Amino acid sequence: MTAQIQVEKLVKEYRVHERGAGAWASLRSLFKRQYRAARAVDELSFSIAAGERVGFLGPNGAGKTTTLKVLSGLLHPTAGTVRVDGFDPRKRDFDFLRRITLVMGQKQQLLWDLPPVDTFAMNRAIYDIPRREFDETVAELTTLLDLGPLIKRPTRQLSLGERMKCELVAALLHRPKVLFLDEPTIGLDVSMQLTMRAFIRDYNERFGATVLLTSHYMDDVAALCPRVVVIDKGRLIYDGDLAALVRKVRPQKRVVVRLSDGKTETHDVPDGELQSCIAKLLQRGVVDLTVEDPPLEDVMRDLFLGNHAA
Amino acid sequence: MSALRRFARAYPTLLRIGLAEAVAYRAEFLVWMLATTMPLVMLAVMSAMTREGPVGRFDHKAFVAYYLVTLIVRQMTGAWVAFEMVREIKEGTLALRLLRPIHPLVTYSAESLAALPLRAIVSIPVAVVILLTAAGSEISRDWFNIVGFFVSLAGAWLLNFAVSSIVGTLGLFIESSMQVWELWFGCFMLLSGYLIPLELLPHWLSQVARYSPFAYLQALPVETLTGIRDRHQVLMGLAAQLGWVLTAWVTLIVLWKRGLKRFAAYGG
Repeated sequence: MTAQIQVEKLVKEYRVHERGAGAWASLRSLFKRQYRAARAVDELSFSIAAGERVGFLGPNGAGKTTTLKVLSGLLHPTAGTVRVDGFDPRKRDFDFLRRITLVMGQKQQLLWDLPPVDTFAMNRAIYDIPRREFDETVAELTTLLDLGPLIKRPTRQLSLGERMKCELVAALLHRPKVLFLDEPTIGLDVSMQLTMRAFIRDYNERFGATVLLTSHYMDDVAALCPRVVVIDKGRLIYDGDLAALVRKVRPQKRVVVRLSDGKTETHDVPDGELQSCIAKLLQRGVVDLTVEDPPLEDVMRDLFLGNHAA
Repeated sequence: MSALRRFARAYPTLLRIGLAEAVAYRAEFLVWMLATTMPLVMLAVMSAMTREGPVGRFDHKAFVAYYLVTLIVRQMTGAWVAFEMVREIKEGTLALRLLRPIHPLVTYSAESLAALPLRAIVSIPVAVVILLTAAGSEISRDWFNIVGFFVSLAGAWLLNFAVSSIVGTLGLFIESSMQVWELWFGCFMLLSGYLIPLELLPHWLSQVARYSPFAYLQALPVETLTGIRDRHQVLMGLAAQLGWVLTAWVTLIVLWKRGLKRFAAYGG
């Protein structure tokens, strides 16, 4: 399968101004400023095939958002090469920008004092979307996201969830082939998160779009991404199947039992000992018993703490 | 489709959305318009001085015409895009413009131009006052000057927008680019003819002003419409204005290209 996103030995450094506290340090920085190069991404390489849904994970400051910004052409790499659908993102060709979208959960493109329909109309003009295609897409997306008349209210009067749904419509009007999603469900309630996940999956399946998703909600990743790319301090530490990562980092199952005396117990049991463990537990008057993978949050914490080499 | 054709197709919608935004911010707009009444203050000061007799070539009627035309020119050519650009660079929201397949300067320009109809709400009544009062006789009747006025108005907007965008773009290089704006604005007040007609400045200062870009932001259109300039001077003024417009736009494009490589897209 040919790669739609190709990242090779990507390095991104920021020039950071540093000065100590106090008046003397302030005065000194007036005449002699000290800078250092902070490396946000460090020789990162991976590739993603067309139509894949990939989770892009890492702790805060790992370099995820920086990488997404390089991939979408907002930042210029310090070194290394990046290709997205055959384009060099930093050149910002019209055809490249027409094929991608970057949704940032913490930034919005909707015009604050105007209704979302005005942002949609502006995007229609900018992306040069034919009128009929535009009308069809708006109708389809607003129906799927259950937006209805909301798109005619000023953006400032919409709730966070409603705004995020409108953001998605605005970002997908031109039917991009590559979706970079940076924390798209941040701050949303559980029901809205489910709606967003279903919508993203549906869009990926219907249009064969490639999805690269960062999220601190592991449920987003578990629900959407069969593959994950994990980075820490700008370096790749895992690239592969999500289930395999879980097995490798935490090769245990979590057994939760509710006993007849009302107590609940949780046991992390190695795979090979699962049968004998359950047999023992069943002898103690079990009312309910569930076996599940360990929570993804725990797996990630172990991975980042270096408890297990991935 | 060529970039130019795409631009021509998108621009009317950008203007429409820009106007809708300007209407949404009408209260701020009113405050801004009230803040640009300095020419009226100067008119009061200068009119008081004419009680003793004309100041240079300016009698009371000439000052009324000069300062009311100054007010119109400022309303119709002002561009404050630097404030928006610097804010967006600091907050990282410039990223949202850069993600769209249209040059951000095009969208900034549409937002700036879209506010003109609202500014005309101030300018048109002022123009009517000039025509209906004695100051109307101070307005040039020469078609060449009238056409030259509108051409210089367009040139002044292009120059204002480019300079404001240059200051905004400097935000990609330095943290306090708005201080550059303060410096520019200070020089503008003195050297553009906005506060005092250039020919009332000391001769050497007036000469400095005429060789600077400031004279082509205010003095050229004002002096053209009030007939201070003859046809030859209008033509020479328009040529010099074109030179400054081209210089400013080339500087802007070079700075923009270099600055974009430094954009850090902070936040989020």
